[in-house]
Amino acid sequence: MPVQKIDTPNSIIPRKAGVAPGEGPEKGLITLPGEAARDTGDDLGGATYLTTKLDQVVNWARGNSLWPLPFGTACCAIEFMSMVSSHYDISRFGAEVVRFSPRQADLMIVAGTIVDKIAPVLKTIYDQMPEPKYVIAMGACATSGGFYRAYHVVQGIDEIVPVDMWVPGCPPTPDGLMYAILKLKEKIERGEIRRG
Amino acid sequence: MSTLTKLSAIPYTGPAPTNRNVYTPTEAPAADARGEAILAALNLSALTQERGQDLPTFIVDRAEIINVLRALHDHASLQFTLPLELFAVDYPNREQRFDVVYQLYSLANNERVRLKVRLADGETLATSSGVYQAYDWFEREIFDMFGIRFDGHPNLRRILTHENFQGHALRKDYDPAQRWLLTDAGIATIHPKIAPQFVQEEEDSDFERVTLNLGPSHPATHGTLRIVTTLDGETIVGADCEIGYLHRCFEKMSETHTYQQVIPYTDRLNYCSAIINNVGYCMTVEKMLGVTAPERAQHVRLILSEFYRISDHIICIGTNLVDMGALTNFWWLFQPREEIIALAESCSGARLLPSYLRIGGLAVDVPSDFLANAQRIVNMLPRYIDDVEALVMKNRIFRDRVEGVGVISREDAINFGFTGPCLRATGVPFDVRKSNPYLGYETYDWDVPVAEGGDTFARFLVRFEEMRQSLRILQQAIDRGLPPGPVMVDNPYVALPPKAKVYNEMESLIYHFKLIMHGIQPPVGEAYFQVEGGNGEVGFYIVSDGTKHPYRVRARPPCFPIFEAYSKMITGQTIPDAIAALGSLNIIAGELDR
Ligand code: SF4
Repeated sequence: MPVQKIDTPNSIIPRKAGVAPGEGPEKGLITLPGEAARDTGDDLGGATYLTTKLDQVVNWARGNSLWPLPFGTACCAIEFMSMVSSHYDISRFGAEVVRFSPRQADLMIVAGTIVDKIAPVLKTIYDQMPEPKYVIAMGACATSGGFYRAYHVVQGIDEIVPVDMWVPGCPPTPDGLMYAILKLKEKIERGEIRRG
Repeated sequence: MSTLTKLSAIPYTGPAPTNRNVYTPTEAPAADARGEAILAALNLSALTQERGQDLPTFIVDRAEIINVLRALHDHASLQFTLPLELFAVDYPNREQRFDVVYQLYSLANNERVRLKVRLADGETLATSSGVYQAYDWFEREIFDMFGIRFDGHPNLRRILTHENFQGHALRKDYDPAQRWLLTDAGIATIHPKIAPQFVQEEEDSDFERVTLNLGPSHPATHGTLRIVTTLDGETIVGADCEIGYLHRCFEKMSETHTYQQVIPYTDRLNYCSAIINNVGYCMTVEKMLGVTAPERAQHVRLILSEFYRISDHIICIGTNLVDMGALTNFWWLFQPREEIIALAESCSGARLLPSYLRIGGLAVDVPSDFLANAQRIVNMLPRYIDDVEALVMKNRIFRDRVEGVGVISREDAINFGFTGPCLRATGVPFDVRKSNPYLGYETYDWDVPVAEGGDTFARFLVRFEEMRQSLRILQQAIDRGLPPGPVMVDNPYVALPPKAKVYNEMESLIYHFKLIMHGIQPPVGEAYFQVEGGNGEVGFYIVSDGTKHPYRVRARPPCFPIFEAYSKMITGQTIPDAIAALGSLNIIAGELDR
């Protein structure tokens, strides 16, 4: 079931008495995404609370803890390996928990050529992932079939599944893929949800 | 109204300029002489010698092919026991439209032979899978790609394309872009054949046999392999492999591109050791053109080939250990691998798949610090290799998981057409770099590592030692230094003239134009050339009709026969054993499915 965008003015985090949620400048000690610029006036007196909206916290957490499912079929998968391993180290951005089970992942990275024979498999795995889910098409092949304009190659995975980020390159460099993950993170934190 | 026609609007419809010369290989006299000797030794009437080829070549009568293959296999002195290749070529204008080509290798005499059978459309051929087990899958591929049927084949169904595919893609009249969609309903269920020793006479009601499907998307199947196993308790009693999940139509794509344009496609066959495929392809075309890359280019080719071989083994060992739960080695080994990739990037600008070679040499010269960087990597690598070896080789858990697992006997390995580390792990010292040296490998001091046993442990041993031998070659190559001179041949029919000349000389401008418009045009003929890839013999068989597009490019995939034997190797073992064995075979889907 698709998750709706949560839009509630009621924060679960206790606020300073007298200021209704959404009214006046919200004050906290830590700036969370979505919180307006802070104004730590004297009246706070060392208060230790913070305010934000639930969906913003959730999105912030989501964006920083993506669990990728590498749907690696070809050469791009090797560059995906480079990105997770020691030199580039994607764990700096919280996306190192690679899961091969679609039930435990929320980001599918399609790394490699998708041919007609494997297309139904890709679709099945995408369907098995719980919402919210995101898809990165890594490389020219996943994006458009690449230079395989041929009788057995899917001409871009958007024939089969919706895509959030496209990474150019054949193969894209690990930093290129990393950039896409960071961009996706921004997108998630903004609360944009694509309907698949 | 004016009746003048704008001249430039009339399209040119005449024949494309082609090369009409006939290719005569330099090896032809020797091959012809050897062919006569083989003919005399066999004493069979079904053979006709085809002269002027790069290998001893015979045309065989359609009805006699099994007898001929058996005779070559069983002959006391010839001993063509290793099946290397089986593929077809389509000539739609001929009455007998197909050539089915067999290539065999004799380990005893270090020689190759080629057999051709001519078939008309609709004619069938007897299956040779009884003589060479490897040919089971090769014949399925021919059936899939050309629609040639093999009588008596145990399992003649499509292998690379999917179940809903119509037509036969490598026939010349098949449109390269014609796709067919596979729907969920179209996917066929696979029922593995139970190995004979496990066939039950009557149904045992206590234990039900279950069928377990691994892949195609499974952490251990590295890409796109699918293995269907039938389990009796924990024992695998039958297994069947399905491939084709990465069939990217390499061979058809080559036919629609020019010779230089095929180079990036070859990178993507075995993408773990891309440069080696480049070398194989470029040297095949160079062989047809009769040109040799300059010494400097050859030296760089050798250095990069060896680095990529090490990188290939690193990926194989690293991921195989990950499958067995040893993650540290993967992180640790990927560090030097990153350096190797960076070296290639400094040469060509691309990381994993550099496409750095050109027919006739290299794309550009290497950077000035190339050798210094190479030396640095050679210095740092032994430590990583030693560390990982020390971590795993004395580890009881590791040893228990690999020793005696995934065994293949020497006879089976040969009969299945194994090459490379997997063959050497059964004690056969066959390495193309020794048996048919190229790039000057014969001038280096190094050994071919072999191990006994043919199990997963033996394959580990061979790969570790091979990395050390590659380092030995590299050290010598670095010590010799780079020969001075250009990196591209000085031949206007192969290499573009330098830009300065194009701007200032009429001749060069014309050559430039000719090469861009009409491409490289090898003489009419066919050639086969092989190099030692990360997984075994990588060979290219190219047919030229004199135009700028190859008429047929066939790549010999070393993984293909190795994976074919996999179901036999794991029968009688457990799933964890199967996983450990699979990683050690280093199946690269790009090359398996092409
Ligand atoms: S985009 Fe390039 S590198 Fe990636 S899978 Fe396709 S061919 Fe391979």
